[in-house]
Amino acid sequence: MAALDIAQQLKARFPEIISDPAEFRGEVTVRLSDAERITEVCAAAKKDFGFDYLVDISSVDNYGDDPRFTVVYHLYGYGHHCHLRLKTDVSEEKSELPTVCTVWRTANWHEREIYDMMGIRFRNHPDLRRILMWEGYPYFPLRKDFPLAGKPSEMPDVAFSKPAPLEGGPFVTIAGGKDRIAREPRVRIPETDALDTNARLERRKDVQEAHGHSHGPGPVETK
Amino acid sequence: MPDVQNIEFKDPQARIAAAAASSEVTDLEGDKMVLNMGPSHPATHGVLRIVLELDGEIITRAEPEVGYLHRGDEKIAENMTYNQFVPYTDRLDYLAPLANNVAYALAVEKLEGIDKDLPPRCQYIRVICCELARISSHLLGLGAFAMDVGALTVFLHTFTEREKIYNLCEALTGARFTTSYTRIGGVARDLPPGWVEQCRKFLHEVVVNFDESEKFLSRNRIFVDRTRDIGVVSKEDAIDYGFTGPNLRGSGVEYDLRKAHPYLVYDQLKFDIPIGVAGDCYDRYLVRMEEMRQSVRILHQCLDQLPDGPVRIPDGKTVLPPKEQVLTRMEELIHQFILVTQGENAPPGEIYFGAENPKGELGFYINSKGGGTPHRMKIRSPSFVNLSILSHLLPGHMMSDVVAILGSLDFVMGECDR
Repeated sequence: MAALDIAQQLKARFPEIISDPAEFRGEVTVRLSDAERITEVCAAAKKDFGFDYLVDISSVDNYGDDPRFTVVYHLYGYGHHCHLRLKTDVSEEKSELPTVCTVWRTANWHEREIYDMMGIRFRNHPDLRRILMWEGYPYFPLRKDFPLAGKPSEMPDVAFSKPAPLEGGPFVTIAGGKDRIAREPRVRIPETDALDTNARLERRKDVQEAHGHSHGPGPVETK
Repeated sequence: MPDVQNIEFKDPQARIAAAAASSEVTDLEGDKMVLNMGPSHPATHGVLRIVLELDGEIITRAEPEVGYLHRGDEKIAENMTYNQFVPYTDRLDYLAPLANNVAYALAVEKLEGIDKDLPPRCQYIRVICCELARISSHLLGLGAFAMDVGALTVFLHTFTEREKIYNLCEALTGARFTTSYTRIGGVARDLPPGWVEQCRKFLHEVVVNFDESEKFLSRNRIFVDRTRDIGVVSKEDAIDYGFTGPNLRGSGVEYDLRKAHPYLVYDQLKFDIPIGVAGDCYDRYLVRMEEMRQSVRILHQCLDQLPDGPVRIPDGKTVLPPKEQVLTRMEELIHQFILVTQGENAPPGEIYFGAENPKGELGFYINSKGGGTPHRMKIRSPSFVNLSILSHLLPGHMMSDVVAILGSLDFVMGECDR
């Protein structure tokens, strides 16, 4: 049985929401007009039409058009060896459609990725979190209005450790300091600043005056 | 010692129940322990992080975290011409860059409708690339898997052969790792003189290595104990979780894109598809082992049948013309200028092309609005999909089984995170 026949049968099953199948380069695409019924259509495609393998879900941002987003499902059946592409549109105001996790469990991560990259939410998804970007990232990078160079954003604190303190490294000297302490800022002087932060800051000030910056050849402390 | 008894349970759910029952007596704290494995851990083969909840040594919950190697390849692809993206495909599955190059080129050629026009020599060379990449990737997967479960020798052993593959890659493409060998409509250059003989010599040597590696492992008591009945994925689960490649076939599903939907000249070559029975770590190992032998078989056929002729489509509108013509003739100069500045003019439309890569089905969904750049390109990476089963598969296993399961799934994070 060819993919086109199966698509026709699927259309006969849901005549009011499934479009006529379109063929391009030997691949069959049908369009679903009502995104709210995607779960129902997918469940039927799996159960009655043998599409037991969800190859992929992807999303397209048609920036400037309405509806803005298209979600694309690639289905495959191990029984009949046919591919089918199922597309449905989602408007920007809504940005939401039901999940198909209940039909194929592999949809879980695909839907998380679309949420992460495109900002489309999947209703009733068991665990809709960001997957590639970090938790709390404020943008959706694959949208067309997101610049290629990216936007500055804050990483959560846990991602950074504080700059290493200016001590402990042997054989590090800065030329031009007025005394040994300024020239060798990493030398540890236990009796004065083992536990005394002020002494360390004082020493930094000396280096700053002598050298123009407060750090040796180590990590830069940013404010 | 009640724990000794618990290990004997074959069924993961029974293990969890038994651990819960015994913990009432032995676990004085009454708490489960959360262990963070990765992102920098030798058994996670890159930057996978798994948050494990442990009851004693039994895993009760596992939450994989990916994305540490996310570079935004799909976004990058939207902003360059099709040929410019070829080097980025090297960095997907960086253990088999040649296979990625071929899969990507075939996807774009399908969009442009020129995949049937490829010269025969080019198709054979591409098959040779794919199969060399498969052997290279499986050798590493096998060696790393064995090393994770304690057999260090195999790793060093298989790396000897991988070194030879890298030498072949270097002779062929000029680079050992980042090959960037294909172009849309062909390959970058023809095989260098003497390469076929070098490759034949390698094939005769590598089968000896397969036999030796197999002797190390297949009947090794420790290896078998650590892999058999561990990480069992049923046929239904494998399909439901979208498994592809050797992992799917390890679970007993006879599906290989090279057979089911042949591309290039795979339909003219004789090879078998090995499948597993139990779907455990040991079966996945056996499938990979046999796949490498089949790859050698394919390579021998390709080298014997290799036809003469051009290695690119002789059409200046899609493929860069030869440099000497560009420098001497007007039309070729114009073609070169247009192709470099604007790229090939792809028609509007959308295609999906999946290729049987060493790790599984590497698919490219390209949505084009016409012109030289894709409007959207989605990379369906097998490692990403194969890893999504972890939170279902790991619970019920022992902590030490995690490394065996990860090794047998054979993923690569460059491809998973894209």
